[in-house]
Order: sequence, then structure tokens, then C-alpha cells
Amino acid sequence: MAVSDPAAVHAVLRSHFGDAIGDLAGTRPDNAGTTVAPSAIVEVCRFLKTETGLAFDCLSNLSGVDYPKRNIIEVVYHLYSYRYRHLFVLKVEAPRDNPAVSSVAGVWSAAEWQEREVFDLLGVTFEGHPDLRRILMPEDWPGHPLRKDFVEPEEYHGISTSRESLLKT
Amino acid sequence: MTPQRFVEAEPTSEVMALQMGPSHPASHGTVKFNLRLDGETIIDVDVEIGYLHRGFEKMCEQGTWNHVFPYADRLNYASPLLNNVGFALAVEKLAGLTAPERAQYIRVIGGEISRITDHLTCLGMAANELGAISAGFYMLEAREFLYDLVEAICGARLTVTYCRLGGVMTDLPADMTERTRVALKHVRDILGDCDRLLSRNRIFVDRMVGIGKLPSADAVSWGLTGPLLRATGVPYDVRKAEPYLVYDRMDFEIPTGTTGDNYDRFMVRFAEMEQSMRIIDQALAQLPPGPILADDPRFVLPPKEQVYTTIEGLMNHFKLVMEGQKVPAGEVYVATEGGNGELGFYLVSDGSGRPYRVRVRPPCFYGMAALGDMLRGHMIADIITTFGQINMIGGECDH
Repeated sequence: MAVSDPAAVHAVLRSHFGDAIGDLAGTRPDNAGTTVAPSAIVEVCRFLKTETGLAFDCLSNLSGVDYPKRNIIEVVYHLYSYRYRHLFVLKVEAPRDNPAVSSVAGVWSAAEWQEREVFDLLGVTFEGHPDLRRILMPEDWPGHPLRKDFVEPEEYHGISTSRESLLKT
Repeated sequence: MTPQRFVEAEPTSEVMALQMGPSHPASHGTVKFNLRLDGETIIDVDVEIGYLHRGFEKMCEQGTWNHVFPYADRLNYASPLLNNVGFALAVEKLAGLTAPERAQYIRVIGGEISRITDHLTCLGMAANELGAISAGFYMLEAREFLYDLVEAICGARLTVTYCRLGGVMTDLPADMTERTRVALKHVRDILGDCDRLLSRNRIFVDRMVGIGKLPSADAVSWGLTGPLLRATGVPYDVRKAEPYLVYDRMDFEIPTGTTGDNYDRFMVRFAEMEQSMRIIDQALAQLPPGPILADDPRFVLPPKEQVYTTIEGLMNHFKLVMEGQKVPAGEVYVATEGGNGELGFYLVSDGSGRPYRVRVRPPCFYGMAALGDMLRGHMIADIITTFGQINMIGGECDH
């Protein structure tokens, strides 16, 4: 029996994980989801993937958003079920100064590279990741570009990152 | 940087470490394979991407919502219209805006033309790399007819920037139906030739069948979508599963494979082109008259005559250009079917005129992540065919 309504998915999670699950957020099926305590994310993901009626077998998208005003980095998981065709969003809030979240690469292989990308661009450490390295930026790049307070360095190995305007006289 | 598992591996005299790329003549796209080989057999491979990283997501945060469209073109440059459509749909959902029906049909037509060019690029290269150079160039010739159509629609072959919030830039040319009929006839003829040249060709079949196999459970776990997933037998296509635009009014099939090897991937893409042509034919037949841009001054630029003759039009234009469209605060994840699979956009808006966060889910990124699993145990020469069938597009994968 499919549990396709986001409110029902949320209720099932609440009854299993209690306080680790935040309130239901979002109004439409494409953004409805909940926050999860950082310590519980792997168990919640494994549960969502294997439980009959939920069967979220695909991690569609794993990304991160920096919120300096709230002093957190949000790691966002978009889950999809091929069987029941429903979507659910999980969010983990990590402190900005030392963000660390457990890796879900053991649940979905797709998380492996996506977590590397979030590590690379936002500086979130994924504990238990099999191979956490930068993936898009050079390995000696200073800082994490998608942080809102990232300042672009003026040069990289002697190569200028800016160029004078051709219109200047 | 060497992956930890390579460092820890027992040193033996039989294992050879070889770096292939980043600029290798047979890999279209800049990518590096760090190989561990036993003779010519691949023991392990570490795929290194990122050579074409241009900070797409960071750039998007620095302009208005409209400024993202040209960047979106340059994600998958084999099918720029599909990227345009995907991004436009995501923002429109966030803004609660719907494009007029005619614009939706035009987006379907343009998108399907782009899907065929995407597949032709992938399959033409695949044939070329296996020595079937004529078939490869036939497909590039077919692609030219379609690029001509794209050029007739929006004036550019590649950097199209055709979609706008709430519609499309210009209407189709008056003779679009006739042009398309002629172009698709050429394409069908050429594809018939290519089918006879390749599908039962002994060399081609020997190099493709059984190579790069991935079972469907692994494919799902790796997040593969599009032709790579359908080749394993999972009939998942966003156009059918979660219909958007007017795809629910189109009659088309989802070709699937059985074994998930390179040959199935090739055949799925090949069959999809015919389905795309069917969709184009139907969409042109059903194309309704009417406006091509939504009538919503919050998001859509006023017509030029109003800008030049009325103060309201001028102010509206000025505010939209200088401050950007004020998309309501919120977030959305919208997936569309791109050439390589599920092209998703996760957008966060804070209500100002600029995107707070734009995240693209590039379909071939997931294929590249799974490439190691596909290649282990195969030969060096199989890298080329398998990599070719993933159809890694640097702009999309490295965003």
C-alpha cells in the first residue's frame, strides 16, 4: 500500500523516529518535506528506501544551501520512488563553522559524487564517506565557492582571475 | 589527487597505473581516467571530472532570473533548448506562472528537435569511434537539417536563449510545418541508412554487446536516468511519469532495453529519435493559435511599442531589467526529461530579483559516477564505447 501523501510520509517518519523529525514543511508535492536531526539522517534514509509503501529507491538530487543569517548550511535531499512515483524532501541543518553530516553513500550510490560536490563547493564534511575529495574545483583551491561570503582570489598560480575592461581608455 | 583506495592497494609487479586524458583524442570532452590495469584489463578506475567547471551555480546567483537563460544554454550544448525549457518551467512553477498553450507546444517542438540533435551527437560519435566514420558523418548531416530548423526558430544554432519566463522569445516562422516536414524526411532517410549500416554490423555489435553492463538495481542506486536507465528495462521517462507542458496529449512510446549494455543504450537512443519525430508531427498538427508570452507584467517584459510610447510600459521595462523579476520567496525542484535523462533544477528564491540558489541536476554527472562500476573487468578499448554511450557533455557534467 503506497503512502504517497507527504503528510502521511511525515506521520510515518514521526512515529518511527520521534523528535529527530522536524515539522512538515512545504505546500506542494514538489517541495513538501521535513528537517531531520544530523545524527539520524542515515537511519531515516535507509528506512525511507526499504520500507514497504515508501520505497524511495532513487536519490534524485543532493545539494546544499548556505544561509549565513541563520548561521547554518542546509543539506537538501530530494528523494523519489519509481514504484509509487512520489517525491519527498529531507533537510539537515549543519552549523556553518564546522558542518558535518553523516554520509548516505551506503544507502544510495548516487550520493557518493553528490556529497563530494557539496563538500567541494560548500565545505560540508560527510562522515563515513568512502572517498571524500574535491570533485569540480582544483584540489588546492582556497575556500568553498558556493558559500555566500566566499571572496574570489585575485589570482590562481599566477593567473589573474579578472581582466581589465576593454572599454577603459 | 589519488583516491585512498589506490594508495592502500597492495603494490604488485603486475598492476600498471596509467593516466588516460585529460586531453585524449578519443574522449570527446575533457576528462581523465586514472586506471589500474592488469595487461589491458581494467582492475579499477578513478574518473576525474571538473575540467570544464565554470561556476554555473555561482554565476546564477549574481544576475537576475533572466540572466540565467544564456548560461542554461551552455550546460548541455548538444540540446540547449531542452535546458532552456527545464529552467523556465522551474522558475514558472516557483512564480505560479503558466505559459500560454501555443508557447507550450512550441517548447515541446523545440525540445524534441533538440533531443534528436543530442542523440545524433551521441550516436554519431559512437559510430565514428568504432571506425564507422561514414555512419558517423551521416548522423552529423542529419543533425544539420535539425540545426537549420533551430536556426529558423530562434536565429541561433547553439546559443539559443529562446525561452523566457512565461513563454518564448518569438513565434515560429510561418512555414514551420513545411520546413519541418522536409527536414524530418531527410532525417528519417538518413537514420534508415545508419540503421542498416550499424545495427547488425558484425564489428559494431561485437564491440557493443555485453560491454559496460549495469543491472537495473545498480542503475537506480547510482541515480541513472534517461537512456542509461531505460536500457536496463526500467520504463521511466519524466515525460510520461510526471507529464509537463502538453506531453500528456502526445501519443508516444518509451523504448526500453533488457540487458543494460552499450548496445541496448544505443538502440534505446535510436528508437527514441523516431518517437521524438512522432511528437513533433503531432505537436505541429495540434498547434493552436494565440499569444506566445503570458500577460503578466510582474514577470514578462512589455512589448517594445509600449516601452517607447507609454510611461507605464517604460517603467515596467526599467524595473524588470534593473531589478529583475521578483519571484516569490520559496523553493522548488522541477525535473524534465533532458537528452541524457532527468534534468532537474532546484531553485531557492528569497523574493528579491536575483536567485538565492540555483542547483542543476545534470543527468550525465550520475552516469560518470557509475562509470567505474561499468568498466571494471573490461578492456581499455571498452572505455571509449562506454564513455561514449554515457554521452558526457562537459558543460553539463562539470557545470
